[in-house]
Amino acid sequence: MNPQPIKGQLDDPWSRMMTAAIGGDEGAYRRLLEDIGRSVRAMARGAFSRAGVGDADVEDAVQETLLAIHLKRHTWDPEQPLAPWVYAIARHKVVDALRRRGRRKVEPLENFEEFLAAPEAEDPHALSDARKLLETLAPRQRDIVTSISLDGQSIAATAKRLSMSEVAVRVALHRALKSLGAAWRRSVE
Amino acid sequence: MKTSELIAALAADPVPEPIRLGRRVALALAVGLAVSVALYWVLLGPRPDIVAASDTMRFWLKFVDSFAFALPTLLLTLRLGHPDAKPRALALWLIAPFILLGAGVVIELLIVPQSEWMSRLMGSTAMHCTITIPMLAAPILAALIVALRAGAPLYPGLTGALAGAAAAGVGALVYASSCPGDSPLFVATWYPLATLICMGVGALAGRRFLAW
Repeated sequence: MNPQPIKGQLDDPWSRMMTAAIGGDEGAYRRLLEDIGRSVRAMARGAFSRAGVGDADVEDAVQETLLAIHLKRHTWDPEQPLAPWVYAIARHKVVDALRRRGRRKVEPLENFEEFLAAPEAEDPHALSDARKLLETLAPRQRDIVTSISLDGQSIAATAKRLSMSEVAVRVALHRALKSLGAAWRRSVE
Repeated sequence: MKTSELIAALAADPVPEPIRLGRRVALALAVGLAVSVALYWVLLGPRPDIVAASDTMRFWLKFVDSFAFALPTLLLTLRLGHPDAKPRALALWLIAPFILLGAGVVIELLIVPQSEWMSRLMGSTAMHCTITIPMLAAPILAALIVALRAGAPLYPGLTGALAGAAAAGVGALVYASSCPGDSPLFVATWYPLATLICMGVGALAGRRFLAW
């Protein structure tokens, strides 16, 4: 599947991946989120270390950013490059995370080019608050999210196991992610 | 939960078609304005002496100034609905209505004797004006907030406050032909007060409804 860019012929990799994702390419969307995750992680690590905060919560900031981007992905204007849009959200979330740890005067983060150029892999031992937030979901929603994320099952397999239609699983997953975003917002307010 | 696990869940949720925030905000403005104009016709109507009044510069300054305020605040509101907004250059246009109204005030102070300043400032309908503009702005503000919920504003309070300012600007435009106070001294006192009320309401609504 290789849909043409809609307008403006944006040629950067992230915009192309998102355009493919809008066209239904799930793999492209996954690769894009992994890519974005690596850049946000590098940004958050740099900012946390400069602020003198341990990097125990870096993965939280990464996940919160990814979830926020996911929930607002339809507001990206396909005629504009995706990266500045992502960067603005990531920067805001990382600054927010530092403020919550009592760092009032937050150092400016890396500039935009560094943001794209400095990917960092996930620490395999890092855990996040997301699991705690999963507990706030309704049991059926939690079951679906866990099945797809932690157990790595497909929508089809999940639907079969729960005797639901695939559409119903998709709808429930979408609602669950929205509630997860709302729960995250409440937990940090 | 690991990040790779979260991504697995996110990737299983399909990406919808992008929305056009500009169109939604334009539609919201049209709907809000229609309700506002309907309220105007039902509750207010044009002032009785509108023909005579429309011969004066003072009368038209209200329209020009309200428009000069409504346009940049509307565009800024839309801009702030995007996380990667670069609003600085646009924000400079906010100076225009203040210069216009400021010039009007200076000229008024020069041509009107000092003994009349206070009565010109108070007019006969100060309270009425301060209440009516927010009333006419309310449907516009509500529609703008609904439209902006589809956007992704990073500063919900500020975005809401600007939506309030834009709604007040458009509301003032609707109200101007009914308002009997024409002196720039009157306008420069009570219109901004009405605008501040709308901005306060907008900021609260923004924090409540635009955070994500």
